[in-house]
Amino acid sequence: MLADKDRIFTNLYGQHDWRLEGARSRGAWVGTKEFIDSGRDWITNEVKGSGLRGRGGAGFPTGLKWSFMPKVSDGRPHYLLVNADESEPGTCKDREILRHDPHHLIEGCLLASRAMDAHLAFIYVRGEFMRERQRLEEAVQEAYDAKLIGKDNVHGWDLDIIVHHGAGAYICGEETALMESLEGKKGQPRLKPPFPAGMGVYGNPTTVNNVESIAVVPEILRRSGAWFNSIGRPNNVGTKLFMVSGHVNKPATFEEALGESFKDIIEKHCGGVRGGWDNLLAVIPGGASCPVVRGEDMMDAIMDFDGLREKKSSFGTGGMIIMDKSTDIIRAIWRIAAFFKHESCGQCTPCREGTGWMMRVMERMVEGRAQKREIDMLFSVTKQIEGHTICALGDAAAWPIQGLIRNFRDVIEARIDQYTWSSTSDGAVPSIAAE
Amino acid sequence: MTVRRLADESVQPTSFAFNNDNQAWAEKRIALYPAGRQQSAVIPLLMRAQEQDGWVSRATIEKVAEMLGMAYIRVLEVATFYTQFQLQPVGTRAHVQVCGTTPCMLRGAGELISVCKSRIHHDPHHLNADGTLSWEEVECAGACVNAPMVTIFQDTYEDLTPARLGEIIDAFHAGRGETIKPGTQIERLNAAAEGGQTTLLETPTATREKFVPPAPPEGTAPAAATPAAPAAPAKKTEPDTAARPKDVTEETAPALKGTPAEAKVSEAKAESERKAADTSAKADGTPNAEMRPGATGAESEAGKIDGGKAPGKESADAAPSGATPTDVDKTSAVKVAPPAEGLSPTAETGGPVPLFQAPEGPADDLKQIGGVGPVMESKLKAVGITRWSQIAALTPEEIERLEASLNFKGRVARDNWQQQAEVLARGGVEEYRKVFGKDPR
Repeated sequence: MLADKDRIFTNLYGQHDWRLEGARSRGAWVGTKEFIDSGRDWITNEVKGSGLRGRGGAGFPTGLKWSFMPKVSDGRPHYLLVNADESEPGTCKDREILRHDPHHLIEGCLLASRAMDAHLAFIYVRGEFMRERQRLEEAVQEAYDAKLIGKDNVHGWDLDIIVHHGAGAYICGEETALMESLEGKKGQPRLKPPFPAGMGVYGNPTTVNNVESIAVVPEILRRSGAWFNSIGRPNNVGTKLFMVSGHVNKPATFEEALGESFKDIIEKHCGGVRGGWDNLLAVIPGGASCPVVRGEDMMDAIMDFDGLREKKSSFGTGGMIIMDKSTDIIRAIWRIAAFFKHESCGQCTPCREGTGWMMRVMERMVEGRAQKREIDMLFSVTKQIEGHTICALGDAAAWPIQGLIRNFRDVIEARIDQYTWSSTSDGAVPSIAAE
Repeated sequence: MTVRRLADESVQPTSFAFNNDNQAWAEKRIALYPAGRQQSAVIPLLMRAQEQDGWVSRATIEKVAEMLGMAYIRVLEVATFYTQFQLQPVGTRAHVQVCGTTPCMLRGAGELISVCKSRIHHDPHHLNADGTLSWEEVECAGACVNAPMVTIFQDTYEDLTPARLGEIIDAFHAGRGETIKPGTQIERLNAAAEGGQTTLLETPTATREKFVPPAPPEGTAPAAATPAAPAAPAKKTEPDTAARPKDVTEETAPALKGTPAEAKVSEAKAESERKAADTSAKADGTPNAEMRPGATGAESEAGKIDGGKAPGKESADAAPSGATPTDVDKTSAVKVAPPAEGLSPTAETGGPVPLFQAPEGPADDLKQIGGVGPVMESKLKAVGITRWSQIAALTPEEIERLEASLNFKGRVARDNWQQQAEVLARGGVEEYRKVFGKDPR
């Protein structure tokens, strides 16, 4: 378990002053000029050496991503775009960074911008985070006033930060949709290539990073990449904000080392599962788009990228949704299907039509009003959506249902049987309380 | 996708104008974006208009389009695409947005919706009798650990019960919304666990200890790290990290090795962007070579094993294998147990002596003990506990020290490690079955 002195987000719960003075007293903005002076390659190499993998869900190595930016500018400006459009159900870590540790993020923007020769950074905050956005805007203003960022600042690297926001579209968390939205259009993802590093916001080279990925950078440089790399298992290193929601005794957000066991984390930080470990039914380990895992399979799970891949799920954002045996698992997944149906942008047919279709079939399965062969049909349809869309939302919509069928087929079949047995001879079926 | 249309003509106002403050704000906002990119301001402007009037009307859309030099249809597209824009009038005193997505649903969002139905209107997006209240169910509002929650205009109200929501609705209905403190409605500090946070109990400082890499096991590490190791790690590292020096060197393996299979978009992107970067700046090498100089471990066995290979199937297989129980056993037994005297389990307690002396001979499978998983097992091995008999023989003081170093108070007693270990040491799995009436683990 991580010691307090190794935690990066020291004001996670807002127990200290979030303003510049308070942030400085906790170590923010210390030595920043040195890092800037060490140059682009040093910063990039240090981040690469830290083994930091993107914290937004896909886990792509951050330093590697930065190195895709053109080494020599062709006259077009470079941009950093920070993705604070946190909308994945189960995920609420960026919110805490934005409202309680905003200076970590701003300092990270400056350093990351140096590493990619950018002089303008956008922070795209989801529309629902209004108070968080106001807090961030205030912090940015403080940084401008203290000449930490802006033209001719004390660090010798000019950087403007624009805090932008969305208006309630999950799809804008996808990097190309994010750019479309920033340009003032509907948030419909673009085809890749061209990749953002070649042609991003306004057609200029852009790198898109998650809030947490950027906000940990200053601390990595202060403590060295080797420090970050020494935490956790190979290829799954560092500290991470975890969020636990659902049926635990005390849901919470906390920072912990990667590579701890699921059971230890829940016991230590969340007071265990409601009703004890025997009452655990299922876990969605990394935000709503990750396949659900049966509770008994999670007992020995290691919470990092590879650990959850072994469980045929995904680490995602680290937002765990815990479900105890009182849960109607079919209904829980149906609600996720409804979420994706609501959030599909409508651009690709498999996703636009498929998410609605899957939701409607799931709706019947919640009641049991279905045929058992439809389970296989549903599974095959998810396979036809997955991988056949421009962005990953089609995949994200398919995985939870695949996870349900893989792990809880018996429950679905039992529900169908129950419905059939309750039907009367004239075909009229009393509705079964699925609540 | 959802079908969203403008409100009926009968409720559409004939014109819209920002008030003076908002007009000044809007002009500043438009000027913020690079020249010729004013269109970027469309969402902020529409949002500000909605904050002013409560909803987005046709007149608003036309006004914003004119301000930004956009075609009406482009702004209409935006207004109908983004679901946060209210396209019909909402309650003047409160528009209650209940999050109904799975994390909130699990903790009782359904009851909150029932409250809204009974107190406001049966249907969402409809005004109550006197036009002051309305409600809707929204998709995840991003406060999942504080579920269930509602948003009313700019503020969120979290950790709700149906009764508390009723009180909040009453307060807003009476025009006293400001008397309700936003945020969590129970004894709790924001997203910290109820009843007191479990982390960040120390006062943070601005000073940072310099990181010294932990001592490597046997000669694979750079010379520089070796002499410094005994002094510094005692202050700096935890036992588990000290036991993992190998990790640092293995990191030099291909960067993409462990990328989840699902991240195929990113991988494809990596591939072609790498090519693009190669042509634009010849300096780029393979990701292997790129990753290597930045790491502390220098050239290592691990680096060499993977060195020439593409990040293909073989190396992808290698990644998760590091986590299988057998491998953990092997690494901890071979590498971790011997340096027990060099590493610093006592760092936490401050004492100079190592915690336990690992006995000779093969290690037992500690995972047989209920409550010990692979991670715990490797931690135990790191402090020198490899046999069941050792656990069975722990004295209370030793347990205290052990738990301090594991950072996990009360674990040994709660999971009844000692009795289990004693039985296992006496007669192995057979005996365990006999005594406890079930298979271990």
